[in-house]
Amino acid sequence: MAEMREPIESGCPDGFQYMHPTMRRNFGQWAYHEDPQPGVLLHHAKSGEKLWTVKVGTQRILDVFSLRTLCDIGDKYADGYIRFTLRSNIEYVVDDEAKVQPLIEAVEEAGFVVGGTRNSVTSLSHTQGWLHCDIPGTDASGVVKSMMDELIGEFKAWNMPNRVHITTSCCQINCGGQGDIAINVQHTKPPKINHDLVANVCERPSVVARCPVAAIRPALVDGKPSLEVDEKKCICCGACFPPCPPMQINDAEHSKLAIWIGGNHSNARGKPTFQKLVASGIPNNPPRWPEATAIVKRILDAYKEGAKDWERINEWVERIGWPRFFEVTGLPFTKYHIDNWRGARNSLNASTHIRF
Amino acid sequence: MASKIHETPMLDELENGPWPSFVSGIKRLRDDHPDERIRQVTNSLLGQLEHSYETRKGYWKGGTVSVFGYGGGIIPRFSEVGDAFPESKEFHTLRVQPTPGNYYTTDMMRKLADSWEKHGSGLQTFHGQTGNIMFIGTTTEGTQHFFDEINEYGWDLGGAGPCVRTGMSCVGSARCEQSCVNEHATHLHLLNNFTDDVHRPALPYKFKFKVSGCPNDCQNAIERSDFAIIGTWRDHKKVDQDAWKAFVKEKGRQHVIDNVITRCVSNSLALADDDSLIADDSKCVRSMHCMNVVPKAISPGDDRGVTILVGGKRTLKIGDLMGTVVIPFMKLDTEEDYEKIVELAEEIIDFWAENGLEHERCGEMIERIGLVNFLEGIGVDVDPHMISHPRQSSYVRMDGWDEEAEKWYQRKQEEKAAAS
Ligand code: SF4
Ligand code: SF4
Repeated sequence: MAEMREPIESGCPDGFQYMHPTMRRNFGQWAYHEDPQPGVLLHHAKSGEKLWTVKVGTQRILDVFSLRTLCDIGDKYADGYIRFTLRSNIEYVVDDEAKVQPLIEAVEEAGFVVGGTRNSVTSLSHTQGWLHCDIPGTDASGVVKSMMDELIGEFKAWNMPNRVHITTSCCQINCGGQGDIAINVQHTKPPKINHDLVANVCERPSVVARCPVAAIRPALVDGKPSLEVDEKKCICCGACFPPCPPMQINDAEHSKLAIWIGGNHSNARGKPTFQKLVASGIPNNPPRWPEATAIVKRILDAYKEGAKDWERINEWVERIGWPRFFEVTGLPFTKYHIDNWRGARNSLNASTHIRF
Repeated sequence: MASKIHETPMLDELENGPWPSFVSGIKRLRDDHPDERIRQVTNSLLGQLEHSYETRKGYWKGGTVSVFGYGGGIIPRFSEVGDAFPESKEFHTLRVQPTPGNYYTTDMMRKLADSWEKHGSGLQTFHGQTGNIMFIGTTTEGTQHFFDEINEYGWDLGGAGPCVRTGMSCVGSARCEQSCVNEHATHLHLLNNFTDDVHRPALPYKFKFKVSGCPNDCQNAIERSDFAIIGTWRDHKKVDQDAWKAFVKEKGRQHVIDNVITRCVSNSLALADDDSLIADDSKCVRSMHCMNVVPKAISPGDDRGVTILVGGKRTLKIGDLMGTVVIPFMKLDTEEDYEKIVELAEEIIDFWAENGLEHERCGEMIERIGLVNFLEGIGVDVDPHMISHPRQSSYVRMDGWDEEAEKWYQRKQEEKAAAS
């Protein structure tokens, strides 16, 4: 066997070498920005220099052909620099207004989408799903593709009261994170245990420790060391599945989708907020997940209709109140909306503040 | 092509519609790529993915794969249905650390694409939710070759497993007028101090740094990182009254009152009769709204630094937690300042490594032992900016009161002396 090569532990690389020269020259010296049109930002530096950004939505799982097309566009129309946002949008930057329209045309010609700025629905942030994850209850890229096909108009326009961040997650660990709207897998049945495999595959004490409600205990099943779940206690969270794959939590029928709203990471106006459950029991229905998309659109319509400018979804609901939210969206309010996790009483109404 | 093309009737549905299709992208690799290996791998991948769509189940399992010299950075994937889809039966992902703020030249992108095409599937994502470039799909051997190649021209693996994870930073100073801190330098100082902890997982669980240049927190740092660094300022924000008046003139007083003045959460704004802006900065909580609406007229002050919040994380195991203010304000200008923040991070990681339980995030440990024990462990004084309100429960033993009060007076005196 060939000599193994020692790694160079260079860690995180310096970004200045890849930054557009206008960014480098004006680093930390920006004065303000404007929004000339959807998908385009115009930043003014204190030096008087200007920088236009064109924001582009893609399929996120990129093949090298698409990547090279995006590079070709960057070379021909955008000075040869590319940046990515947190939500996997691409940002091309140019230092001349005349370059903006040809760039947009080239992007659209190649089948990508310009938008996602200001009060739009920007690209969904999502996880790996069936394509690559070891624990997913659904596919992420497919859900996102299906939804963006329907929401593309909102990506390209400024119709929303404020920006809308949508996320999806394929298990309850929620790698997709908080979102104004989050579409997440919600299991509804305890794991089915393959007792033949547990002893070989799972470190039993750490699986026991992983359960948030202490529902798992070691047990002998058919004379073999295995694990047992107290199904009355189990909250079907799936936390035991990653460390112990024989505890199969995914179920074609009973792993559902739930929709949460009002997660807002920003400190703009109010403090950051966590998302709240609004709908569940939605079928995990590939390849297009129409039921989930329909609910998302219903929520977006109500938000668009009812919120004031600058209100994010959480702020809008806070102002109109939850009873009204369920009224305007027509979504059912159930016992499952009432929290019983630690600290849950803080989420109950301990006042006579009631809107009739 | 040697093996037959897998039928993908369900995935084909995802080629319809106006949004770019990842399925079409993978199919292009399958049909048009000059390298037969890539054509076969992607055909096999599509076959397995279609199988997942049909049965509504995933078929990947983890394992152990790493590159020589490192313990982490690879997400190993072995197929459970490898007999049916053998060409993609090993399909590991490499996590590679991008620059702070995710900058690339097209030349560098092409170079990465060329290397990946040689050793992997030709699929990648910029970036995964952990902030890494994800090079998706190669064999154990390909993992090593690809890493060796890109490592030679400046790229290194990110974190996976119980370790310091790849950091994330906003565009910030490079293009944003709200930025109050050099996100780039902060990110590099922190991450590259912990390179060993990134590559060799030995912590209770993951630990994430995220840097946002201002309280808009475009990186979701408070919610998604164990150590959130948020740029801020402590003097008065700056108001360009001419630009402000021009804005009022353009939009009208009513619009300005409805969208700016009454929307300030700290009620610190008023519109004067002459259309100028009255801003009471003693009340301002840095909630950004006014400067988000009128960036041309209002901007952060000059005495800039950062607020640090510790312990944010998502659901597992005890439920979602936001970060908690641990350092209300610190300057971040000089090399010494950067050393200070790195030392703080070291203190926190050391204390947590010692006291955290297996698979317990830093925030969960704080929840378990209480903020005060944590602060004492890392040598940080209590501060009223850390709380929303003082305790409501009288069930606490307080026989150290006098000493604690004395500490407070002393600190106040020292601060006064330092200021004069
Ligand atoms: S699914 Fe969750 S609650 Fe149920 S046994 Fe597993 S870890 Fe415990
Ligand atoms: S976090 Fe603040 S500084 Fe950073 S990009 Fe967002 S608005 Fe700009």
